[in-house]
Parts: sequence; C-alpha cells; structure tokens
Amino acid sequence: MHADGPGLSPEAVRLRDLRHRFGEREALAGITLDVPAGELLALLGPNGSGKTTLFRILSTSLLPGAGSATVFGADVVRDSARARRAMGVVFQAPSLDRKLTAAENLRHQGRLYGLRGRALEERIATALGRMGLADRAGERVERLSGGMARRVELAKGLLHRPRLLLLDEPTSGLDPAARREFWTYFDALRRESGATAVVTTHLMEEADRADRIALMDEGRLVALGPPAALTAEIGGDVITLETGRPEELAAAIAARLGCQAAVVERAVRIEIPRGHELVPRLMEAFGDDIRGLVLGKPTLDDVFVRRTGHHFHAGDAS
Amino acid sequence: MSSFFLAVGTLWQRELVRFYRQPSRVVGALAPPVLFWLLIGSGLGPSFRVPGATTGTSYLAWFFPGVVILILLFTAIFSEISIIEDRREGFLQGVLVAPVPRAAVVLGKVLGGTTLAMLQSALFLALGPAVGLTPSSPGALLVLAAVLFLLAFALTALAAAIAWWLDSTQGFHAIMNLFLVPMWLLAGTLFPAEGTPGWLGAVMRVNPLTYGVAALRRSLAPEGTAGPGFAVSLWVTGACAALAFGLATLVASRRPTR
Repeated sequence: MHADGPGLSPEAVRLRDLRHRFGEREALAGITLDVPAGELLALLGPNGSGKTTLFRILSTSLLPGAGSATVFGADVVRDSARARRAMGVVFQAPSLDRKLTAAENLRHQGRLYGLRGRALEERIATALGRMGLADRAGERVERLSGGMARRVELAKGLLHRPRLLLLDEPTSGLDPAARREFWTYFDALRRESGATAVVTTHLMEEADRADRIALMDEGRLVALGPPAALTAEIGGDVITLETGRPEELAAAIAARLGCQAAVVERAVRIEIPRGHELVPRLMEAFGDDIRGLVLGKPTLDDVFVRRTGHHFHAGDAS
Repeated sequence: MSSFFLAVGTLWQRELVRFYRQPSRVVGALAPPVLFWLLIGSGLGPSFRVPGATTGTSYLAWFFPGVVILILLFTAIFSEISIIEDRREGFLQGVLVAPVPRAAVVLGKVLGGTTLAMLQSALFLALGPAVGLTPSSPGALLVLAAVLFLLAFALTALAAAIAWWLDSTQGFHAIMNLFLVPMWLLAGTLFPAEGTPGWLGAVMRVNPLTYGVAALRRSLAPEGTAGPGFAVSLWVTGACAALAFGLATLVASRRPTR
C-alpha cells in the first residue's frame, strides 16, 4: 500500500516494450510510455490501431504477450489485485446491470471494492449528485437516457476514488450535446480528485482536451506530446491540392517551385511556412491541373499524415 | 477475508433481485416440471408398478422427487445462463477488473442460483403432502433442506462451469438437451434402475445424479426405497458439489475477460 514510497516510480502508468498478438495480427508492436501522476493522457488512434488492446491490458482484462505494464508501481500481471484497486475503469461497452437501479449498480460496485454500510451510501449519494443524477438514483438503468447511463458508468468507475481513471472511448454512441456534457462532468471531477486519467479515443477534438496525446497507428506509438507541440512541429501551414494526376503534379511542383510536395491518398500535400505566399504561385503555374486547393493550419491529422503517410481515418476499415 | 465474503454477498444478492425482477424466469423454471409431473405422472401412473415396493405407492408420489430435481436443474440453468448474458451485456467486465478473486465471483453466482433453486423447489415441495410425502419431524425437515442445498449447489456449480466455458446461450441450450436432460432422465427420476437393460442400468449406476436422487428420495420417504444408501449418496453428492465448484472456478480463472 505504499505506491508512493521511496524507490518506486512516481509514474502513474509505466509501459515497457508492451506487445500483443491476436493470431497473426500484431495488435501492439512494442509500446514504451510513462504517464506522470496527475496527467490526462489521450490515446488517439484509428480503429485497429491497438489503443483498445492497450486499454484492456492496463485494465487487467487481457494478459500482455510480452513487455510490462505497471500502475502506480503495481505490475498488472503479477500484482493485479493492487493494480486493480488503484484503477477505476470505464468501458466502451456498457457495464451496468440494466435491470438494477443506478444506486443498486453503484452499491454492488462499491462492495466489490470493499466499501460498505453508511460510508458506501454516502459515496453513492455524492457520486450521483456530482453527475447530476441525484433524483434518478432509484431509476432502473434501462429507463435512463444514453447520456445519463454513461454518467452512471463514470460515477461507478470513480466510486472507490481510484488514483488512475481508465476510460475506453467513453463518449461513443453519444450525441454531441451529451458528449460535451460528459466532459464537463469529467473535468469537474478530475479537478477535484486530481486523479490521473488515460482516455482512448478516435476523435481528434476529444484528444485535443488532453495534457498529452499518444498517437497510435498499427500497434505503434507514432507521436507523443502536448497537442499544441504536436501540431507546432509541422511549422507553418498545410496546403492540400486536389488533382487528377497527383504524382505528376507533385514532381512538377518540387522541380519548378523547389518545395517538398508529397502524395497522400490521391492528393498533393505541401507543408510550408507562410503558405499563403505559395498559393498564387501554385495557381499561376499549375492552375489547369488543380481542381481544388485547401490552405490550413496543421491539425492532428496532419501530424498523423506526416508520421504514418496516410490520413487518420484511412485505417477505419480494418 | 471479509472483503471476499462482501463480494460473494453482493453478487448473491444481485442474482436474487434480478431473478425476481424477471417473472418469466420464475415461471419458466417452475411451470414445466410441474406440468411434466401432472401429465407424465397421470399418464404412466396406471401402468407403473414400483419394483420391490409395497403396493400403494402411486407413480405421482414416486416421480415426485424426480420433479424436484428437475426444478433444481432448470433453476440452476436459468440462473447460471446469466453468466453468458452478463458477459454479452457487459456487467461481467466490470466485475472481472475489480480486486476480487475469481473464486468469490463464482461462489456469489453459484450461491445465488442455489438459493433460487431451493426457494423454487420449496414451492413445489409444499405439494408433497398431497401425495403422502411429508417430512416426519423437524429433524427430517432439516435433513431434507441439507440434501436440497447439496443438490442445488452441485447442479448450479455444474451449470456455472458450462456457462463460463461457453460463449452463446444457444450453445448452452444444446448442452442442456444433449447432456443435462439425459443426465436427469438416467438418474432414477422417471424410471427406476431396477429392471432396465444391463447397459442402461450401468450408465445409471455411474451417473452421480443417481445418488443425489436417492438421497432426496430417502430424505422424503425413509422406508421402502431401492437404490444406493443414504450415506454413500450424500458423500457422492457432496463430492460432486465440491468438484463442480472447483471446475467452475478453474474455468473462470483460465478464461480471459471476454
């Protein structure tokens, strides 16, 4: 019970060369990552990028193929009981018993974590109150809206006051309004508890809220850093050209204007400072070949493209 | 240790609450056996003579303990099939990442099913006096309750082991029809082992449930019952209960969360 004791890592989460295979498919190809206590880390990646596998290993739902993962110094395989006590887990799929009321669900959860009696009842009331669900405590979960049910899930994960919150696509299936509401409650809770949080998501605007983003693709960590630093590394602007003959156009731009032009998914892409100055020159020289032109500030998608060579949502089919 | 039993208790309680919030399950586990009892009992009664028994034992009375076992079996199946539903609907994933040993998870589930099976069979046992089956003393009633507990626990733990191992309720129904119902049929419930062809008699003698049925028969009507003795029947049933529970815990511990 002395996870903060001398000689132990101050990191909330410590991953060392974590690997996992599902048959032939390599779901995690060696992830090394530290999450300092108190941080909100977003695991951002398209479907099939390995973020849910990573979540399952961290939550002790899945044994890793190789490598190690610790939560506040407790190894998730060898010391899983201690790791489990330190974690509050919110799954992507609902984990509530729909036949039971919100309060009954939380009561069972609390007892599984060793809470009981008056202390437990007080925590349930507080947790539901914070989620704006005080008047719904006695309602069966099957009668709650999707957004409310998600907030009960969050209350459930937080009930034993974990030091690490693990959330897997917590807002999937919610409409934008319910999603915003969920994050408002989440932020308030984190401010109060100071808990570390690791959130998987495939939504870039959700990842933008994090202290740091771990960008994943095909089981690898392709970028890691604060959102602003990640986009700043592109430097300047991104110009995307729509054209019928991307290879030829990219080669011609490189030859005649002397700037790096890459072909990404049938479009020509140029990363350049002061992009607005290049636009008239592009139109003048290649106006006939250009069907469309977009000039923009770099986004996380641009970071993803630079690191992987393809767009963020290209991997969705897998 | 207390946190172990806190977890067992809370999962036990959930089983009960869920079961009685879904009235179709209550009826589903109780009505078919009672119907079988009335239909088969009335249909076979006139042509059936209990081997070696004194005249006057009606088939309805002879079949009665077999129906009790069927109620236990059906309730066990209906309650433990929820392990598959819990996995599909997601409740189980939360339980499995809680700091609780798998043995506690299995024990909570199995004790929940056991309690339900005992309560359901008690409803039916209240009909016993109508066919002349009444525990003769409070002591006999306690013995009956103990035998019911052992039987219910063994059958529920067996159903739990199957449910932990399977992924679909359809699979469970197949096992039920191919394995559990024949096991019930060949346990001296519907017909006695005496007078059956040799191979069938042999199967019935190695079927552990035969001993459970004998234990129940003897605790309901101590005299004039053929088949295995009371002590050996209790030992076999108790051993099977422990074995089934061990198996269920083993399957649950080996299984990844999904």
